Amino acid sequence: MQGLGGVLQTAVQMMLELDDSLLEIIVLSLRVSLTATVLAAVSGFLLGAVLAVWRFPGRGSILVLLNALMGLPPVVVGLMVYLLLSRAGPLGNLGLLFSESAMIIAQWLLVTPLIAALTQQIVADLMLEYREQLLSLGTSRWTMLQTLLWEGRFSLLTVMLAGFGRAISEVGAVLIVGGNIMHHTRVMTTAIALETSKGNLTIALALGMVLIALACLVNAAVAFSKAYAERAYG
Amino acid sequence: MKLIRNILLCLWAACIALAGQAQAGEDFITLASTTSTQASGFFDYYLPLFQRRTGIEVRVVAVGTGQALKIGENGDADVLLVHDRIGELQFIRQGYGIDRREVMYNDFVVVGPEKDAARIDKMKNAVTALQKIAGSGASFISRGDDSGTNRLERRLWREAGIDPADAQGTWYKEAGAGMGAVLNMTAASGDAYTISDRATWLAFQNKADLVLLVQGDPRLFNQYSLMLVNPEKHPHVKKQQALLFMDWMTSTQGQQAIAGFQMAGQTLFKPNARKQ
Amino acid sequence: MVEVIDRYAVPACAAGGKPDILPLRLTGVSFEAAGHCLLDDISFELERGPLTVILGPNGAGKSLLLKICHGLLAPVRGEVDWQSTSKLLVRSRQAMVFQQPVLLRRSVAANIDYVLRLRGVAKQERRQRIEACLQLAGLAHLERRGARVLSGGERQKLALARAWAVHPEIVFLDEPTANIDPTATLFMESLIRQFSRAGTKVVLTSHDLGQARRLADEVLFLHQGRLLEQAPARQFFDGPENPLARAFIQGELPC
Repeated sequence: MQGLGGVLQTAVQMMLELDDSLLEIIVLSLRVSLTATVLAAVSGFLLGAVLAVWRFPGRGSILVLLNALMGLPPVVVGLMVYLLLSRAGPLGNLGLLFSESAMIIAQWLLVTPLIAALTQQIVADLMLEYREQLLSLGTSRWTMLQTLLWEGRFSLLTVMLAGFGRAISEVGAVLIVGGNIMHHTRVMTTAIALETSKGNLTIALALGMVLIALACLVNAAVAFSKAYAERAYG
Repeated sequence: MKLIRNILLCLWAACIALAGQAQAGEDFITLASTTSTQASGFFDYYLPLFQRRTGIEVRVVAVGTGQALKIGENGDADVLLVHDRIGELQFIRQGYGIDRREVMYNDFVVVGPEKDAARIDKMKNAVTALQKIAGSGASFISRGDDSGTNRLERRLWREAGIDPADAQGTWYKEAGAGMGAVLNMTAASGDAYTISDRATWLAFQNKADLVLLVQGDPRLFNQYSLMLVNPEKHPHVKKQQALLFMDWMTSTQGQQAIAGFQMAGQTLFKPNARKQ
Repeated sequence: MVEVIDRYAVPACAAGGKPDILPLRLTGVSFEAAGHCLLDDISFELERGPLTVILGPNGAGKSLLLKICHGLLAPVRGEVDWQSTSKLLVRSRQAMVFQQPVLLRRSVAANIDYVLRLRGVAKQERRQRIEACLQLAGLAHLERRGARVLSGGERQKLALARAWAVHPEIVFLDEPTANIDPTATLFMESLIRQFSRAGTKVVLTSHDLGQARRLADEVLFLHQGRLLEQAPARQFFDGPENPLARAFIQGELPC
């Protein structure tokens, strides 16, 4: 293995050349993790907001569970989805195992509790500020939920970023349900794992740096649009 | 705020479109195989040859033999290419697989540090080599993942009359990991030995002080076989395409292609399919 | 300033027709929190017409009383009765401006659009009402600006315009000028008077005697959670019956 300088050089070289196989892996990583994050945002925002706006029996337990699930190991999620999608499992006849969809489902399940728990916190805080005013304006609970989600959009964008970070960086779930199949389910993290097992530590680490660069890019894009919108709407 | 909404909408649409494209119907089979065949780069060389000829893509899920057999049992693959004769025969007996065909072989090797504290270099008997390692104070790192390599290793210990479970955590360490990860650990530890298949060993890039110490014992013979996942148990198995693949791999042309895969001037897998 | 208001006169539809939900009657209303009695046995009736100022020192319970009237809080004892028994009608025919109004994180126009959509106003009319309200409140040039980045005075004007946009039968104003400068205060007061003249019942809390004198047709004097006097403004300021009210008018009531 080369020193850190060598690794950096390899990483830069990889990004500059951007050959087809690397590009394919990058595109797949982004596609899987972004889709999973958007899906998880839809379900997580809704779940979190419902928990913040409504009071019902069992709500406390759900909150505790959600907070605990934020730390759920990806391997466990992967295993559950594997058992679900396996031909021998309940959804086996869909034939989804070892596919992109399977990876999206796994990451969606992985990220939803994180987004829901953080959303609940944000919307609950907004409730304190907005509740009386919105009731006075004549909003129903359901409208209040929608309004508060929209009012919290800048914070929720950050929540989505956190979810995206968890999705793009995990290897345990995608490895099990995706199978690390070349051209089909090989993403950045599983490629790194594979290169490590081949002893190609330099390439593995360089891929890791490409991953970091990607994450930076996505974060910067969001931070930029967020700053722009926040300046306009306070 | 419209801006953000539009960005999200665009992203979403793009995701859907791309995902749809990727899911488009293609002719492929799923092959569950071992890490050694993947990590050595064999599949990257071999499978495109088959695809060019038949148009059928072979999607490889590379795991330990134990897990590969489990995947076959669940019907999550069409074909298996594994290396554990005893496990394979049991798999057939239980009705999960049919049509077992031996296709190629190589051998296992014992690798360890150059300074070789256990003095096993160039020994011809793997069992006595393991006995010497056990008594030397050096450590041994086991796959511990129920892979083909792991199963062979356990058989060798039994023959050597040593129960490594007694030494668990002292000189005997179970990694619970793939071959590459175990080689990385062995290289990093400086005084440890392990057993690897020759293909992964030759392709491994992070050898550090590790050298090949023991080879040539007939016990270290490593046979790879193909099996078709039983279509009677799992009707969705793509029997026709899978048989095409098995036929090609055992054909003269397929066998020559196996022999043609070389690394550092050595042939990693030697074809030995019986003439059909 | 007055010219502006005259030019964009308050729509007549708010004033026309017979009242839907007024009068409002409170009977024996009390409120307690953590063992403290904050409102004690309050009864009064609010008729359509006169601009009512709930006057009293800080901590008298004015905001609380307003929130109970508005239906945001339920009294511990006592009744709040509207003439109409339809909850939906009662809800939709009133509005309130809080001391620190919460504006939505969107444009000035969108803030008003929001309440109009809640009331199911058609798009074409929403557009017209937004324009009219913003002109009236002197905010037309800020239409596209983010509501949250406005100055304090502008925010308060927007809150008033937002309350006005739904053409309520009654509007509750909780110290609407407490945090803004004198010029903006005078502008707000002229707006409030304009709304009152157009037929909307205005109920306003204030601790500012000057403001009460300028605006009130009717005064409710509240002190330490008790309603001490309800009287027409002239009568109240000329000679209040209650000694505490007299002390307050003369600036001698310790807060």
